Amino acid sequence: MSHYDTIIIGAGMSGLAAGIRLAYYDQRVCILERHTTIGGLNSFYRLDGRNYDVGLHAVTNFTSKGARKGPLARLLRQLRFSWDDFCLSPQIGSTIAFPGISLRFNNNFEFLRSEVHRNFPGEKDNFARLAETVVEYDDLDERVARCSARTIVSDIIQDPLLVDMLFCPLMFYGSARENDMDFAQFSIMFRSIFMEGLARPWAGVRVILKNLVRRFKQLGGELRLRAGVQRMEVERDRVSRIILDDGTLIEGDRVLSSAGWFETMRMCADDRPSQPQAPEAGPGQLSFVESVSVLDSEPRELGCDRTIVFYNDSSNFHWRKPDELVDVRSGVICCPNNFAYDQPLGDGLVRITALANFDRWKHLPATAYQAAKRACNQKMVESAVRFIADFRPHIVATDTFTPTTIRRFTGHENGAVYGTPEKRWSGTTHLKNLFICGTDQGFVGIIGAMFSGIAMANRHLLMQRQDDRDAKP
Amino acid sequence: MTPVEIKAVILDILEGIAPDEDLSDLKDDVPLREQLELDSMDFLDIVMELRKRYRVQIPEDDYVQLATMNSTVNYLSPMMKDLEKA
Repeated sequence: MSHYDTIIIGAGMSGLAAGIRLAYYDQRVCILERHTTIGGLNSFYRLDGRNYDVGLHAVTNFTSKGARKGPLARLLRQLRFSWDDFCLSPQIGSTIAFPGISLRFNNNFEFLRSEVHRNFPGEKDNFARLAETVVEYDDLDERVARCSARTIVSDIIQDPLLVDMLFCPLMFYGSARENDMDFAQFSIMFRSIFMEGLARPWAGVRVILKNLVRRFKQLGGELRLRAGVQRMEVERDRVSRIILDDGTLIEGDRVLSSAGWFETMRMCADDRPSQPQAPEAGPGQLSFVESVSVLDSEPRELGCDRTIVFYNDSSNFHWRKPDELVDVRSGVICCPNNFAYDQPLGDGLVRITALANFDRWKHLPATAYQAAKRACNQKMVESAVRFIADFRPHIVATDTFTPTTIRRFTGHENGAVYGTPEKRWSGTTHLKNLFICGTDQGFVGIIGAMFSGIAMANRHLLMQRQDDRDAKP
Repeated sequence: MTPVEIKAVILDILEGIAPDEDLSDLKDDVPLREQLELDSMDFLDIVMELRKRYRVQIPEDDYVQLATMNSTVNYLSPMMKDLEKA
């Protein structure tokens, strides 16, 4: 039977980053990935000769080369990457578009500040106060961490329209909770999107993933694909060994799971009651449909010149699981072409993301699924062209993925992209040698996910591990 | 190892942690935290690197000794004087 110092479940951003940290400090590490490819929530695929990205549209937390502060700089140091390795090109400019009013923003926070002043002159001082509160917020302040962000922000900003407009991008890019988010999450997201910024590698997220895997393997780490965990055997208060879907047994001193909180708990073969007490504490409910349109031209030539448009057509912004297959009242439109690359992207692309109902998709008869996908795609594009130039005559190919696609590729219950609303910031579980990282630990986004893997590896698997070793004669 | 060699080791570690930094004008008596914006994760790395390379063990209470280049070299000198440079 194979034996490792640490077994990591899931070869997404967080698992790979954790793996690099541990392998670098000479641990025997194995990453288990159920799928045939890496990436988890942030991955890529090829269809009809074209490359498609899945997952987040952009890397948030972008800071320029030479910046020493912020999560990106910190994680580059931790993983021993140089800034250039991630090949990040900054966004051109994005918009939050609500009925009759728009706020533009880019990677310079002062620009958003001026947009707020122009559109909401009465909120000038309040917005400055909000920015200060967010900057001063300390990630480790558990007291404020779980407070309702809606409550705190609405105490500072008077105009509910501005509150909704600020929440819209942050929720789309990381809120697992309906209608609200924890203030911790709000602050992290506000900084990562508005104060730091958005970027993307020319060749997509795969560049980052491939760098991570290459480094992990160079350091002697082992990656097993098609290696889903069937269950973890528990002896007293520890995971004793792991049984894979094909029956293979492996042992590890410690286990770090990026599979999600409930998903991980279900793998534990002990008789711990796994049913959550309240639905709010249960698995996440928020999933998405994403539509990808391939165009015959650069979107900019057609008048689509924004990097990302977060739109909402209603008097209020609704962030909850819709009753229907997809809720097209609001959404995110991303043109991956509109980042400041050195060379054009090739294909013109428009990606649209909207809230969706997992159960409705799951219960569709197989015969109706394809038609539903096409119909939703069309509805989403129709909705989107109210907020950007009409690109429909230029579509040469489309693809759509649904909550059930997300469920299949990520293993997340309900296709909940951002996992459970109740984050486990500590990363600990009821078992002494089992820890979690990734979405359900609390950090979202591409940089956030890697940061989560690093932080949990440092705290639970590296310092501790060294202490154990030192304790041995 | 002489203090000069120990300093070279620390510089090599810092270069690994922050490959984009120019370390040539690093001041020996100014806190590294200030000059390089190092945080607790980075100090953990300095400790881990010393352990990995030279099996030098630094208890958590002594991390404060790594504040500046001078204090680091002073602190490490007695522990590393009998070691050969790797």
